[in-house]
Amino acid sequence: MMRVAWLILRKDLTVEVRSKEIAYTTLFFAVSCVLVFAFALVREGRPPEDGAAGILWISVMFAGNLALGRTFERERQSETLRALLLAPASRPAVYVGKLLGILALLFGAELLLVPLVALLFQAGLLAHPFWLTSILVTGTIGFAAVGTLFAAMLVRARSRDVLLPVLLYPITVPVIIAGVRGTATLLQPELDAGIARFWLALLVTFDVVFVTLALWTFEAVMTD
Amino acid sequence: MPKWFSPAAILCGAMFALSPFVIASAAYESTMGLVQKIFYYHMPSAWVFLIGAVVCGIASVRYLATGDPRHDRTALAAGELVVVFGLLTLVTGPLWARKAWGTFWIWDARTTSSLVSWMIACAYLILRRYGGPGSEKLAAALALFGMANVPFIYISVNYWRTIHPATTVVPRLPFTMGFPLWFCVVTFVLLFIILLKLRVRVEEQRARLDALYLALDERS
Amino acid sequence: MSPAAASTARPGLDFDCVTVDEVSRHFGRRRAVSRVSFVAHGGRIIGLLGPNGAGKSTLLAMLATLLKPSAGVIRYGTLTAADAPPELRGRIGVLGHDLFLYPELTARENLAFFAALYGRRDAGAAADAALAEAGLADRGDDLVSGFSRGMRQRIALERALIHGPRLVLLDEPFTGLDQASTAALVARLKGLRESGAAIVLATHDLDVAEGLLDEAIFLREGRMVESLSRPEDLRSAYHQAMTGGGRS
Repeated sequence: MMRVAWLILRKDLTVEVRSKEIAYTTLFFAVSCVLVFAFALVREGRPPEDGAAGILWISVMFAGNLALGRTFERERQSETLRALLLAPASRPAVYVGKLLGILALLFGAELLLVPLVALLFQAGLLAHPFWLTSILVTGTIGFAAVGTLFAAMLVRARSRDVLLPVLLYPITVPVIIAGVRGTATLLQPELDAGIARFWLALLVTFDVVFVTLALWTFEAVMTD
Repeated sequence: MPKWFSPAAILCGAMFALSPFVIASAAYESTMGLVQKIFYYHMPSAWVFLIGAVVCGIASVRYLATGDPRHDRTALAAGELVVVFGLLTLVTGPLWARKAWGTFWIWDARTTSSLVSWMIACAYLILRRYGGPGSEKLAAALALFGMANVPFIYISVNYWRTIHPATTVVPRLPFTMGFPLWFCVVTFVLLFIILLKLRVRVEEQRARLDALYLALDERS
Repeated sequence: MSPAAASTARPGLDFDCVTVDEVSRHFGRRRAVSRVSFVAHGGRIIGLLGPNGAGKSTLLAMLATLLKPSAGVIRYGTLTAADAPPELRGRIGVLGHDLFLYPELTARENLAFFAALYGRRDAGAAADAALAEAGLADRGDDLVSGFSRGMRQRIALERALIHGPRLVLLDEPFTGLDQASTAALVARLKGLRESGAAIVLATHDLDVAEGLLDEAIFLREGRMVESLSRPEDLRSAYHQAMTGGGRS
């Protein structure tokens, strides 16, 4: 199973490295997002308190939405997703492969976004790197896990571009709450480890539950 | 229609007709006065909203597991009712809140979780309507995810804010407030069952019609 | 010829014939395929002929296990798709209308990816062999996006065959091909027939089909209106089938 997932991941990375289309557009969009927030919220050179956490996560989710749509749109041309489903590989392996690809992309975007947001909004995001990384990683996994399933299942649906955010955002509300509040805790002058730990635990639980659910339902949802 | 349907419908209608009188006979709540009485419609709506969501979730899981269209029909009907009763809850709540707490909307655990769950239900209907053919299975997956999400939504929003009156309000109510409440709860649940049955029946007729069209096609 | 069969020796999965038994498929009110029955034996080429919308693609999708029949059963040897493990899909090769190739990858990379996906341990060697078979060994390192339709078709066909399938399904494979490519494809299919695979081919190119098919099944509006063995003069048979002749 992991062999197949790895094959798919490697294929996606090769394709992406060749064209760099999704990487560039997603990163550029994420940066534009942050800039829009900056213009909207920074007044007289002073950024809003605690705004950085929210802006970071919103940018990640918007960029993630775009990346998910583009990745599966690519599989839709030439119907290659169908070809993957025709292979004797287990369907959950296909899901895991695509998920890992999306995660790689989003982590890359976050590597760029965190310093950018910290800089533009004068937020001490890099003060507690271990906590920040944990929260970002678990939150991104939660978002991407649900997103990959929904994007895959919408590939043959009508109105798929607008349906993805319509379905995805309400379901990932716990991720955004936990991610933003968790990150905001890290921005306080005194780090309250208890609160941070709570949000991290919630994210980890969310990840476990929803990755499992996605693995269970992927097969049922992709076959007619 | 099954035998119990007509008597149940008549009973439900009668109970609704009776409910304003039952509610009027309840004691006045000391601080909120007359407006508090909206609670007798608001709470049952909220409970039916929850029950409907559970029915939709379970029917969706069964549909995903077995592919039997009957479960899909139940899920669709329940999903629509969730949106309706959710809307009722989300409208009666703020009307009450305005008088009780001074503002229409408060970002606390219960209200926010309800809003998010309601939006998931709306997303469910949007998917079914605009997703094109084959969206039944996709919607079922969404319903499953929505149902699994309820504890997460609640816990995360709860830890985020909390003002809503505690759940223990209900057992501590004096009988004059307790009886009208249970009366309305039974009325609403009965209404839910009746509407569910009606809606499922419409879908069944539609499926029968499709089958007849197909059979006609075969014959010619 | 079938190295894939050596790697997973499961007796039930090595089928010799595929039986389509009163298979129907509808989408809501629309009937796409209605009570079609035939048997596809190894070493024979069956053609599904009919106008657009006749149900050819739907039938092929069901044979490929991508769609479940609404009624009726498809048996691979003795197993149905529902009973069979996922390895069954490894015995089926599909050349769809959309070719299933990644344009951003080279020909060799495409072939190697699918070879590995289908469980061939020697993916690189298999890719090279497939390239040679397609006559494109010198273009192996070029991106598929730069290929003509005919070349892509050849790669796509090799991709569909790289795991040595026992059942080969082709959906309109002759579309957009020139004379030379068509002839090459016909030769390849004849070679496949020799090696014992069962081939089901949907097309509305009657001239090419004429010399190629061992059996012709005419579909109209989802129904099988005629079925001929050793068909000759396909044009008039087709015309007759489509304008009311044959059983319904």
